Amino acid sequence: MPQFGLFLKRAVGMAALGLTLALPGLAQAQQAAPANTLDAVRGRGQLICGVNTGLAGFAQPDSQGVWRGFDVDYCRAVAAAIFGDPSKVRYVPTTAQVRFTALQSGEVDLLSRNTTWTLSRDTALGLDFAATNFFDGQGFMVKTSLGLKSAKELEGATICVQPGTTTELNLADWARANRVRFTPVVIERLEEIVGAFVAGRCDAYTTDVSGLAATRAAQPKPDDYAILPEVISKEPLALGVRQGDARFADIVRWTHYLLLSAEEFGITQANVDQMANDPRPEVQRILGRNGELGKMLALDNLWAVNVLKAVGNYGEAFDRNLKPIGIQRGPNALWTTTGGLQYSPPFR
Amino acid sequence: MSQTTIDPRSLRAPPRRPLRLSWSDERVRAIVWQILVVGLLGAILWWLWSNTVHNLEVRRIATGFGFLSREAGLPIAENLIPYSPTDTYFRALLIGFLNTLKVAVVGIVLATIFGTLIGIARLSKNWLLSKIAGVYIEVIRDLPLLLQLLFWYAILQGLPGPRQALNPVDGVFLSNRGLKLPWIEWQDAHSYALLAFVLGAVFTWFYRRDAIAKRILDGRPRPVWPMALGCLVALPLAVWAAAGAPWTVDWPELRGFNFRGGLNMSPEYFALLLGLTTYTAGFIAEIVRAGILAVPHGQWEAAQALGLRSGQVLKQVVLPQALRVIIPPMTSQYLNITKNSSLAVAIGYQDIVSIANTTLNQTGQAIEGIAIIMLVYLSISLSISLFMNWYNARIALVER
Repeated sequence: MPQFGLFLKRAVGMAALGLTLALPGLAQAQQAAPANTLDAVRGRGQLICGVNTGLAGFAQPDSQGVWRGFDVDYCRAVAAAIFGDPSKVRYVPTTAQVRFTALQSGEVDLLSRNTTWTLSRDTALGLDFAATNFFDGQGFMVKTSLGLKSAKELEGATICVQPGTTTELNLADWARANRVRFTPVVIERLEEIVGAFVAGRCDAYTTDVSGLAATRAAQPKPDDYAILPEVISKEPLALGVRQGDARFADIVRWTHYLLLSAEEFGITQANVDQMANDPRPEVQRILGRNGELGKMLALDNLWAVNVLKAVGNYGEAFDRNLKPIGIQRGPNALWTTTGGLQYSPPFR
Repeated sequence: MSQTTIDPRSLRAPPRRPLRLSWSDERVRAIVWQILVVGLLGAILWWLWSNTVHNLEVRRIATGFGFLSREAGLPIAENLIPYSPTDTYFRALLIGFLNTLKVAVVGIVLATIFGTLIGIARLSKNWLLSKIAGVYIEVIRDLPLLLQLLFWYAILQGLPGPRQALNPVDGVFLSNRGLKLPWIEWQDAHSYALLAFVLGAVFTWFYRRDAIAKRILDGRPRPVWPMALGCLVALPLAVWAAAGAPWTVDWPELRGFNFRGGLNMSPEYFALLLGLTTYTAGFIAEIVRAGILAVPHGQWEAAQALGLRSGQVLKQVVLPQALRVIIPPMTSQYLNITKNSSLAVAIGYQDIVSIANTTLNQTGQAIEGIAIIMLVYLSISLSISLFMNWYNARIALVER
């Protein structure tokens, strides 16, 4: 039963949090004081990455049990940056409710799990958001047979939502502002909530539009489901690290910028070796032929080559994972080429 | 008992020895050890506490219970008292607490009734009945409760949608949105009538006690039922009629996406209640069976020889003795129902655990959240224990 494992994991996670906060010796052994996640990861020989429990396109094990997806590629990229080997990752599936506890307690080093960056999470939860790797917004999905055109027609509806998410709070805000009365059905596990929606327990399912697209694509008959046009919130999905560890946060942040810059300069998984001879100075700096940018991050100077060989640039990761389930680049296009929101500071 | 039967030697105090400050003195050793143990325990607790506070500070994780007065913002589907997302976390947690109580209390009552019936059925002389009860107990007790909850929830989700709802009796609808029943529109008159009923019940109870006491004195039976009828039926009816006899039935009807009006029992609550009741009833059945079997067969025969009918034998002779065996293990089953209700999170019933989990997720205050959950379960469990211990003492064998 996967449920049992999950409950056990939650219990262990809570206990671990209590213990790591209470016992300094144990805290050292398990994950390290806030300032040296990098050393702890190196010492362990493995990055522990908190991912979704199974969301198509973002994080899901394939038929061989290998984790794949956009969020998973970020775990692989950071592992490649640190070890030069993208396979040195242990994936820990986390539900929306336990993800922050898992990060706080040191159960995971990096939270790459479609998590919305908000002020209260940034300040009160003991974590820092390193970079927004996916700009999203909340929407609604309904069965086509209902014939709905707008979310405002959901008056009196039963709406499925995962607890412990910004989605849950946005839904309440939006309903209040638009005077829409609704009955929530909140179930923690993604599979269970989707199951309840598909079974007809709810009239609508709400989450980030990307999540809706992923869920819709995973259904046997995607055309039976329609995503309503309203996007009711901003959901910048960001990579989370523990608070107060600037060095590790820098590595995660610049790994994301590396993927963006690589796309900007046309460096791909396939041509990364040839690009080493590219005369443009910034490409030279990025790929470690010139300067010591990698060393400044406390990494190997060829970290960028390792990362790009492992996952390719941002556009490649996007096209590989998210395009097949029908997600467009939209706001996640590069600012420098098509005026999107993704923008990397200079590698200098 | 008179004082003279007590052996006077037992009243004599032991001879007092002067306290010597020496390791060979038993009392000195005892004091030293106690101080050491208490000191060590205190030091460990202080160490854990100060480390926790320090680590939380280093990681800038908010502490304290200030969040309770902040706006919760979470939608909650089922609430016994009014709630909206603009209310505070405290109120949200209170709703969760009441939801836990709602399922635990109803579950305890139903499991007791159901379990007692199955336990008696298992002892039945009817072969088929006793075998069915036996199979039920074995199957239910051997499957994990979580699995059963998911099973019931899946079954309830498999019901047709609201537009094709099953409609066995007029006004009753069963769909994947739950069970809808017609319900009277609650007005003040109904509250007064309910109050009259409660007062009537209390009065009837005292009246019955008095009647039994008088019967013990003079042996004349005094019927209680006319007074019970008056207090429990006529009085509330009279109060209701005096208040204007309002009577509007609120029929559920399909409007838009869902049914409006009437009484609603959600699939989440129904599945949880069904799962907890059937599961615990299996254990209670065995306890009841054990309790009845614990009464020696001679008691049955003696009672029958006195000419009591079998219902009277059960009620007057066997059950009072069986209850003494049944009550203590029953207490732990009641505690189990309460604690097992926390599995509600798996099927989306918003009990205290579900709401506290969301709260600690939104606020990041895991330690406080877990403390609240522990406090709630501890207080419910202690209340059940206290009540059951009181009841156990009351029915215990009184030796005269």
